[in-house]
This record gives sequence, C-alpha cells and structure tokens, in this order.
Amino acid sequence: MIKIFKTSKNVIVNIDEYFNNVELGILNFKQGVNHYLDGNATEFDNNLNKIIELEEKSDAIIRKIENDFYVHSLMPNYSSDILNLLERIDDIIDKIKDNVSQFDVEAPYFPEDLKNDFSKLVSLSVKSAENVVPAARVFFTSPNLVKDKLQKVIFYERETDKLATSIKRRLFKEMDFLKLSEKIHLRYFTLHIEEVSDKAKIVAKMLASMVIKIKM
Amino acid sequence: MFLFFLTSGLFLGWSLGANDAANIFGSAVGSKMVRFSTAVIIASIFVIAGSVLQGSGAAHTLGKLGSVNAIGGAFTVALCAGFTVLWMTKLKLPVSTSQAIIGAIIGWNFYSGNPTDLNVLGRIVSTWVAGPILGGIFAVLLYLALKSFLSKTKIHLVKLDAYLKYALLIIGGFGAYSLGANNVANVVGVFVPSAPDIQIDFGFFNLDGIQLLFLAGGISIAVGIATYSKKVMMTVGSDLMSLSAESALVIVLSHSLVLFIFSSTSLSNALQSIGLPAIPLVPVSSSQAIVGAIMGIGFLKGGAGIEYKVLGRISIGWISTPIIAGLISFVSLFFMNNVFKLTVANEVLDKTKNITESIANHIISEPSGYINLFQPLLYAIIAILILAVILLTIKLFNNKEKLKNDQSEELIIKFESQEKLLKSELNKVNEDNAKLEKEIGFKRKEQMDIALNIINKNRFLEKLKTKIDKITNKPELNKEELTRLKKLIIDNLSLDKDRERFNIYVNELNRDFYFRLLSRYPNLTENEQRLCSLVRLNLSSKEMASILNISTKSVEVNRHRLRKKMFLKREENLTELIGKL
Repeated sequence: MIKIFKTSKNVIVNIDEYFNNVELGILNFKQGVNHYLDGNATEFDNNLNKIIELEEKSDAIIRKIENDFYVHSLMPNYSSDILNLLERIDDIIDKIKDNVSQFDVEAPYFPEDLKNDFSKLVSLSVKSAENVVPAARVFFTSPNLVKDKLQKVIFYERETDKLATSIKRRLFKEMDFLKLSEKIHLRYFTLHIEEVSDKAKIVAKMLASMVIKIKM
Repeated sequence: MFLFFLTSGLFLGWSLGANDAANIFGSAVGSKMVRFSTAVIIASIFVIAGSVLQGSGAAHTLGKLGSVNAIGGAFTVALCAGFTVLWMTKLKLPVSTSQAIIGAIIGWNFYSGNPTDLNVLGRIVSTWVAGPILGGIFAVLLYLALKSFLSKTKIHLVKLDAYLKYALLIIGGFGAYSLGANNVANVVGVFVPSAPDIQIDFGFFNLDGIQLLFLAGGISIAVGIATYSKKVMMTVGSDLMSLSAESALVIVLSHSLVLFIFSSTSLSNALQSIGLPAIPLVPVSSSQAIVGAIMGIGFLKGGAGIEYKVLGRISIGWISTPIIAGLISFVSLFFMNNVFKLTVANEVLDKTKNITESIANHIISEPSGYINLFQPLLYAIIAILILAVILLTIKLFNNKEKLKNDQSEELIIKFESQEKLLKSELNKVNEDNAKLEKEIGFKRKEQMDIALNIINKNRFLEKLKTKIDKITNKPELNKEELTRLKKLIIDNLSLDKDRERFNIYVNELNRDFYFRLLSRYPNLTENEQRLCSLVRLNLSSKEMASILNISTKSVEVNRHRLRKKMFLKREENLTELIGKL
C-alpha cells in the first residue's frame, strides 16, 4: 500500500512520456512524407528511422504501464478502459510506422499535379491525430475539457475523408497518362494516409465515452 | 452457563459482521482497490475499539426500552432476533438486525408484562426514519464538496486513485468503529442486565463485566468479518461497481457519520450542553443508512438509477421486521418458559395479562403532569428535514437542467464557431493554393510565349536574310551596306538573351520533371534533358532547332540518340512517353 504513491508517480511519468513519443512520431510522419514528395531521400530516411525508434519505445512504455496497472491494481474500475485507450493511441503510431515503411519499400510515384494534394492530405490527417493526443492528456487531469478538443479531431477527420475522395476521383477520372497499376498504387497510399485520421477518430470516440463513464 | 447463553448473541454478532462489513468495505474490496486481508485487519481492530469504547450509549437506550433481566430471556430474545434476520433474508425481505432486536425486546416486554416505554420506542422508530434521510443529506453535501474540490485541484486520475485507496481505508476504519459503537448493542445489549459483576485487570487498563460483554460482541463481529464477509463484499462490490470510487467513498463516509452520530455519547452531551436536544443513542440499520446515502447521490444526479421500490421495501421493513421478531420472541419465550422451564424474566408476571392491559398499564404509569416535548420536536425536525431535502432536490434538479441546457447551447455555438473558423482557414489555404496554381499556369504560358516569340523572330529573320541574299545578288546595289545588314541580322539570330531567359524558365518549371526523368533514365546529358523538356512542350523538330540554335537535322539525330538511350522500341512514341512522366 505504501508503494502506491511511488507507483502512481511512475505511471504518470510513463503516460506523459508515451504521449510525447506519439506526438513526436506524428510530427516525424508529416515531415517524412513531405520530404519524400520533395525527393529528399536522406531526410526521409532520417524520419523513417526516428519513427521506428519511437514506435519501439512506445511499445516498451505501454508494456510497463500495463504491468503497473495489473500488479498494483491501479484504478480497478477504469483500468481496462485506460489500457484500451493507450492501445488505441498506440495504433496511431503503429499505422504511421507502417505507412512510412511502405513509402520506403514501395517508392510510389506521385505525379506533379497530385503532390500538393497529397501534402495537404497528410497535413489534415496528421492534424486530426495531433489534436487527439492533447485530448487524451487532458482526460487524466480535467475530463470536462476533453469534449472541446475532440471537435477538432472529428472535423479534420471529415476533411481528410473529403480530400482523399477528391484525390481518388482525380486519379481515376482525370489522370489518363497514369497506368492503372500506378493509379491503384496511389489509391492505396491515399487510403494509408487517411487511416491515420481514422485511428485518431476511434481514439476520440473512445475518449468521449470514457468521459461519460468517469462522470457517472 | 452465562457463556452458553451468550452464544445466541455472539451468533447474531457473527452474522452482523458477515453482512454489515460489506457496507463499509464492499465497494473497496469488490473493486479490488483494497485487499480483503487489509480490510479485515482494519475493520476488526476498529469494530472492537468502537464496541468497547462507545458501545454503551445505544445499549443504554435498549435497556430503557426493556431490561431483559433474566439470562434465559436474553438468550431467547437474541436467538429470536437472529432467527428473524435469517428467515427474512431467506425470504428476500428487507431486514435489519436493529429492528429485529427491538421487536424481540418488545415481545419480551409483552410476555413478561414489563411496560414498554413508548417515549423510548418513539425515539427509536424516529431514528430508523432519520437514519437513511440523514445518510442521504450527508451524501449530497459531501459529494458536492468533493466534486468541487476535485474540479479545482485537477489531480491526475492515477494519483487520485492512490489518494482514494488511502481514503477508503481510513474512512473504512471510521465506518468499522461506528458500526461497532452503534450495532454492538444489537448483539449484546440484551445481556447487559445479566452481565456478571467481574473486573479483569489487563495491566495497563481494567475492563468491567459490561465492557467485557461489549468486547465479546466486538470480537464476534470481527470474527464474522474475517470468516464470512468476503463473499458478501464481492457481491456488494459488483453491485456498486457502477458507482465511481468517489461516490463509494462519500457513501461509506455518510453511512459512518450516521452510525457515529447515533452512538456518540460525547456528541450528544455536547449538544445538550449548548441547550439543544440530545441525540437519541439508538442502534440504526447500517444497510439502510447506506441505501439512504446511495439514494442521496442518485437524487443529486437527477434521479437516475433510483429504485423507488427499494424505498418502499425499506419502509415496509420498518413495520414488518419488529412485528415478526416480536411475535417470534413472544412465542419462543412462552415455549422456553413452559417446555424447558427456563427463567425468561425474573419477575414473572401473570401470563393471562393481555397485551392491551400491559399497554394501558404503561400509559397510566406516565406521570400526569409530565409533558414530553422531545417527541413532537423530533418529528417536526424530521418533517422539516424531509421538506428541505425535497425542496433542495427540486431546486437542484431545476438548476441542473437549466445549467445543462445553457451549457449544451454554449457548446453548440462554440463548436459551430470553431468549425466556421477551421473552414475559413481551410478555404484560405485552398485560395492560396489556387493562386499559386494560377501563377504556375501563367508562368507556363509565359514560357510558351517566349518560345513562340523566339520561333517567330527566327522565322522573320530567316525571311529577311533570304531577301537580303536576293538583293545582294543584284549588281547595282551597294554591296558593302547590305553585307553589314546581313551580318547584323545573323548576329541577332542567336538571340542569346531570350534563349537564356527561356532556359531559366524551362529549368525552373521542369525541376520536378528533370528529377523524375533522371530517376528513370539516369544517363541523360544536360542537352538531352533540355531536348526532353522541349518534346514535353510538344514542339516540332524545326521549332526545337530554332530554339536550340542548331539545324533541324541535328535535332532529328539528337532525338534518335535519346530514343536509344531510353531503350524505346520502334512502335513507341517519344512524345507520349515523356508526356506521361
């Protein structure tokens, strides 16, 4: 029982570090994709390596947090929800790592006309994820303020969807000079980038229900 | 022999410990916030301490109601109360040990002909009603205070959990102390008149017969907690799971306060010393205080989750439990007295005396000049309290609804304005992009214009050159002058300045194109790259020759070389391929 304060302090530090990692991962993803679109291969490689490192670190931290929650029976009423929330946030950084790896391995070709749209798509999708992390942070200290932050997540997710649809439409209806294989390839990359904001939306919905639960 | 008769009371204590400890530590243990072993140690220590140090107040009131002066009677009364609790629990009827023991004592009073003090009975019954109401009021006030404190402090949820764990333990200890102080009277209260007159010296403190009796009662409750409460705690814990840890804490504290108030002699004396009426020290039902506190929080949250049936069942329990216990006690005493020839009352009265007579006797026994103001005052206070709670609840509910509506409207406006702001930001970015795209289009057009300009100029100069050639062929003209003119035209044909400008434009606009081109065909020279960019503009060989200031044939040769370098088959079109890049 006496150890509980020390453990809770460690858990708080770990949760904060975990969020920092995810935020850094998101920023590196945005930078990495833009570097790829600009043809800066070295910078892109740096971003890729950083994201891989951050993802591994996040996994290690989440295991530590899970262990502390189970061993010391922290927040028994909400532990499963909180660990689930952290896992869903982990999905964001996992998705980011997968995406950047796919850029590295598959080296998709982006026509000049689409580069600007793709850069915008990444920016919108990342904004959605960027806004969900502060919402998750604030959940632990002031659950009442979470709702304010979630609005932005949902908005950017919707905008990402719209832009992704418009890119796909342009790809298949206007860009006849591209081969079908190239079109399908780019369609998949649109989808991959879109998925980052989808993951953020899942976290946002979960946070909204957790706020209701914690207020009861 | 005394110890044998005491077993019925100890059994009652055991069942009380097994059941009522769950009210204190149920949510903490059931939700695994506190370990069962820790809960048992804390609850046992404090329940015994409460019984020995503060158990006499409530026991004294029970003694006033009916002093069971024979050990056989005390045994039967405790046994009947225990049996009533067991039977009613089996029938799933709401039951309280406190109400059962009161009923059983009244049964004894009727059997033995002892007068029942209606004044004391009135006080006891009023506390049964006041217990849950007070529990509810305490819960509302404490919950509001805790919520306001938590919203101001912004403690991290994980840290708050640690604080709550300690708070649950401390308040659990207080709850156990109050339970022991208030409810030990139920367990051994009836044995007080038959307590042996002994004194045991423990070295640094002495315990007399009555204190030893309370110690035994406390220990029996502690044994009940240690041996059988785990199962009940787990059930209660899972029932209260929907409650947050904060609510559970408030509920346990409210319940403990109610139990403490109705057992604290010093608090009662303190009130009396400042001229207020004394608090009746009566054993109240721990479960009903808990239910009252839960209802209080339910009311505060807008009435959701309140089961009005439970309230009704509790009210029925206030009447049914004492009546059933009283009847069982009366019948059992008759049975014990006549079959086992057990002395159940020291001054056995005439058994033919009927109940009406005994009540009449009791009423007559009241001194005629005595006006008891306590009872009406207590009822008035309870009525005012109930009214205040109802009014407060209605007001709170209305305020909450109003606040909720205001908040939701505010939130909608806020979200709408936020969305508008974000949309305007996006539109601005889109407009900027459109502007940039327009600029690119304009530059592309400008590039084409320059190219066409060069071509036209060259065409014109070519024409001029041909004409001059014709003039120079004629003998009568000034040859020297014309040759100078021709030289000037030839000089102008190179148009270096225009070409340079054109090349800069081409290079700038086609930077990405060159990047893609080189990533596919890394062996291309600078001139070949430039040729590709001209092919991309869909210019003819003649036009290209004019721009590059080379002959048309040289352009054809360069194109052929380029095709070779790009590994193109005969049927493949160079212009089409470059256009797709």
